[in-house]
Amino acid sequence: MYDGGKIIAGLIIGIGLLLAPFFYNAGTAAKAPDPQLTPKAKEAKECVTTALYMKSSHFSLLDEWRHTAVRENERYFKSPNGKIYYKSLQLTCLDCHSNKSKFCDQCHNYLNVVPYCWDCHIAPEEKK
Amino acid sequence: MGVDRREFLKIAGYAALFGLGGKAAIEILAPGDLEAAMEGVPLTEAKRWSMVIRMRNCLEKVEKDGCRECITACHHVHNVPDWGNPRHEIKWIWKEPYQHTFPNQPNQFIDEGISDKPFIVLCNHCLNPPCVRVCPTKATFKREDGIVTMDMHRCIGCRFCMAACPYGSRSFNWGSPRKAPKELNSNFPTNRDYPERSKGVVEKCNFCVEIVAKGQLPVCVQVCDKIKVHALNFGDLDDPGSNVRRLLREHYSVRRKPALGTEPNIFYII
Repeated sequence: MYDGGKIIAGLIIGIGLLLAPFFYNAGTAAKAPDPQLTPKAKEAKECVTTALYMKSSHFSLLDEWRHTAVRENERYFKSPNGKIYYKSLQLTCLDCHSNKSKFCDQCHNYLNVVPYCWDCHIAPEEKK
Repeated sequence: MGVDRREFLKIAGYAALFGLGGKAAIEILAPGDLEAAMEGVPLTEAKRWSMVIRMRNCLEKVEKDGCRECITACHHVHNVPDWGNPRHEIKWIWKEPYQHTFPNQPNQFIDEGISDKPFIVLCNHCLNPPCVRVCPTKATFKREDGIVTMDMHRCIGCRFCMAACPYGSRSFNWGSPRKAPKELNSNFPTNRDYPERSKGVVEKCNFCVEIVAKGQLPVCVQVCDKIKVHALNFGDLDDPGSNVRRLLREHYSVRRKPALGTEPNIFYII
């Protein structure tokens, strides 16, 4: 092999550079999200639908809500358990979950999801 | 002995039947339950919401104390910021001089009390709205009850609608309302129950869809009635017995730029 030493040295440096971010971040795993429930949300026990559905598909529900409320003027949602909710992120969801930074942002930040809800919708003021 | 064709179909049939009744089926069908539950409850029923503005009532009041009640209330409820710059102004309901309101009616010798006075103007909620026609994303749409409203989630800020609207009823957000000058908007957002807009979307009067849905009158009409001016009258044009139809029967009315064929639903009794 011509210039074997140079090639191998280059390879080591190259691979080292490639792996540098892994070494750099080793042992500093991001904290797992830990969404907090407000007392009011805890008391309600069940959200609009089952907690499982809300965890996995709240965004589909919100999308459905915004579409039907804005475009079809259907402003109330009847949940499977018969309760009726006013379709509003700002007025219904955040009424219980009034701790946006400790509830919504926990997972959104962890997963690097940036929903643009808050560009227009107003989150409740939180005590620092 | 193997299973013959008849036997296989039987087994398959039973399996499908039991399978459907089982747990798996509930899981498959559960989303359907959810969709069925999403049927909303319609709240208001009208075919053609409209407004009749009795301009004399309004002008009398404006003359007396420069009344801006409807404008203030509307902007308060809908978080409309004051940019302090006419080029960035967000307009829902505002005042326009007679010659701009009715440019095709420059009649000579009309009452001076009318010709140089500010008229209240807002989105005309046209029967044939050009803004809806040009919107590439269907962000602006006409509801079945005649209100022309916007789905802010869809607006891409192309401003075709602003070019199309012959009444200047649409305004563009050159910046986020949150960045409007603090000294002019000391307690913005004024209504924490209603969203703001983001930078780069167009907005306009929505005939208070969120309030009409509750079975109440639009905010501007509510305040106008509260101060007993009764200049703004909201009602269903499709109902021959409605307040607006009665007003239109009893008085001669005009609409803005009728020759364009947009068929405004805002009528002026002058």
